[in-house]
Amino acid sequence: MQVVTLPRLGTFDAWRDRARGLARAGVCDTAVTWQMEGDAVSLFGDTAPVSEPPLRDITVPKAFPALAKQLCASRAPGAFDLAYRLLVRLNDRPGLLSNRADPDVDRAEKIAKHIRRDMHKMKAFVRFREVTPQGANRRQFISWFEPDHRIEELIAPFFSRRFGDMDWIIVTPEVSTRFDGGTVSFEAVKTERMELSDETEELWRTYYANIFNPARLKVKAMQSEMPKKYWKNLPEAALIPGLIADAEARVHEMRKAAPTLPPLRAAKVLNRQNKDDN
Amino acid sequence: MARLTLQEKLALLSDAAKYDASCASSGTSKRHSADGKGLGSTEGSGICHAYAPDGRCISLLKILMTNFCIYDCAYCINRVSSNVARARFSVEEVVHLTTEFYRRNYIEGLFLSSGIIRSPDDTMADMVRIARELREVHHFRGYIHLKTIPDAAPELIEQAGLLADRLSMNIELPTDAGLKAYAPEKDADGIRQAMGDVRARKEELKTPTYRGRKAPKFAPAGQSTQLIVGADGASDRTILQSSTRLYGDYRLKRVYYSAFSPIPDSTAKLPLIKPPMVREHRLYQADWLMRFYGFDANEIAPDQGNGMLDLEVDPKLAWALANRHVFPVDVNRAGKDMLLRVPGFGTKSVGRILSARRSGALGWTDLRRLGAQVRKAQPFIVARDWRPGALTDAENLRARFAPPPEQLQLI
Repeated sequence: MQVVTLPRLGTFDAWRDRARGLARAGVCDTAVTWQMEGDAVSLFGDTAPVSEPPLRDITVPKAFPALAKQLCASRAPGAFDLAYRLLVRLNDRPGLLSNRADPDVDRAEKIAKHIRRDMHKMKAFVRFREVTPQGANRRQFISWFEPDHRIEELIAPFFSRRFGDMDWIIVTPEVSTRFDGGTVSFEAVKTERMELSDETEELWRTYYANIFNPARLKVKAMQSEMPKKYWKNLPEAALIPGLIADAEARVHEMRKAAPTLPPLRAAKVLNRQNKDDN
Repeated sequence: MARLTLQEKLALLSDAAKYDASCASSGTSKRHSADGKGLGSTEGSGICHAYAPDGRCISLLKILMTNFCIYDCAYCINRVSSNVARARFSVEEVVHLTTEFYRRNYIEGLFLSSGIIRSPDDTMADMVRIARELREVHHFRGYIHLKTIPDAAPELIEQAGLLADRLSMNIELPTDAGLKAYAPEKDADGIRQAMGDVRARKEELKTPTYRGRKAPKFAPAGQSTQLIVGADGASDRTILQSSTRLYGDYRLKRVYYSAFSPIPDSTAKLPLIKPPMVREHRLYQADWLMRFYGFDANEIAPDQGNGMLDLEVDPKLAWALANRHVFPVDVNRAGKDMLLRVPGFGTKSVGRILSARRSGALGWTDLRRLGAQVRKAQPFIVARDWRPGALTDAENLRARFAPPPEQLQLI
């Protein structure tokens, strides 16, 4: 049994290099175990790479690298092994990935879907707080976020494309991503949750409270898209219980209120328009 | 009157904007600011940055420039005869809120609408100024949706289209008669004319000039509109037929349906009701069937009957129950258009069925793995190891899907 240990940063590139070598040497997927550094799944350490001469060329369909990249970001047990098994199987069945009825393909697609969702939620729910020091020529922002999977390197290009004219840091429990003067760098460092806040949050909370329509309360729909686990890092989420509790009474008020007389200026404005029309 | 703070204005002018259902920020051209010279990006699909407890996505800063209005539309919180508090943002204030919210990753961009002040041209010109300031001074590359004022001068609409990703004009009431009764200042022909102009301009700019230079993009995310459901007497059939025209003749990207919802300080002309949310949901489902599943408005809401969609079962299932002679459909042989008509099959699962069946005949478990809702599809399909037998034509088939009748409450 071979054991391959992958690094926390550059995971996919490392996986690809090792997987390519193993597959070319014809190593069967059941003969390799993959693990993340720090996760002591196997009692054996990383074993030496195989030394047999390459026996065959490996080609994969276009869609595979992207899928494998997502599998390598997953914390789901066996995701690295599954990526390797697919690589081996693709050699005999190049059309394999288009068959969603195949259990390996199905599981891989399901894992990939979780990764895409995790990335999507990170794009949505990262909140930057301003920390620009006096005299700085670029504005500086910082965010704390807790993704489910190891997606920091996959997501960084999105934030670089979007926030190109400011410097920012996104800190997760395992990795800090820094965008400084236009270049991204990563550091694998364990960090405890940070409490952050920003003055503009008060305006954002005002907006959140007022864009809500109490006559259309749909708490389940909200929670399925914005699960509670994200709430502690969202400045607006603290308002939710109060908004829900008051909704019914507010609608009742609207219904109960008798129609009022129009303000005086209404008649003037409407008169003027009628004159214009004639 | 005391001067309002920015926070007070924001409270009033976002409260006034919430009856607009649209918050979409997808389908525009790709832009980014990786060059370090601007702010923002757009890439295909939009992002919902938060959800309110009404289950609606918050993707854009959706505000009114001002809620002063000279129109008197009965369903609207901002009508001239309402006693709601009034406010007006300055250009700088809207720009500040948009860019500062954007930098903190709260939003994808701005959806700016407005009450009609002084004249349609003045209002539109102010909105265009805000968009220009964002694009040209702040190099804002995020999403901008401008509500256009139908009667505004064509030059202003032209400028709006060159600055914004999406333009919209709300029809609000599905029939001209409804509009006349409840929105007397709105002009149905004028709105249609303006929508037609935007469509024409968009198509004109799509064709490259004879020098081969690419024309500037005009409202790349298209036009949209909104219809209020349940305020006037329009039936679902009327609403869907009017959507068909809007998608066909005016090439609209989206028609939004908004259940008439209680507003503060309502008018005696239009009594408040509980918003018909299920009806709104069914209309969205029907809209989807027309745009992505090859259905026709007349199939979904046929001439016989009262012209209303079934509230208990979804419109695709209702159609299948009424057209059982075309079922069961063989999942291993049928063409795409017929597979799309099977209840429980979405566009995604149909795509997967078509590609997976090349690797061998599909059975029950395969379909489930492909993401189809097999329990729903069961009476309507034949698979490798499944035949529905008499189930397709069973008398009680509808009862399998409809919720059990509610017990009458004795009070």
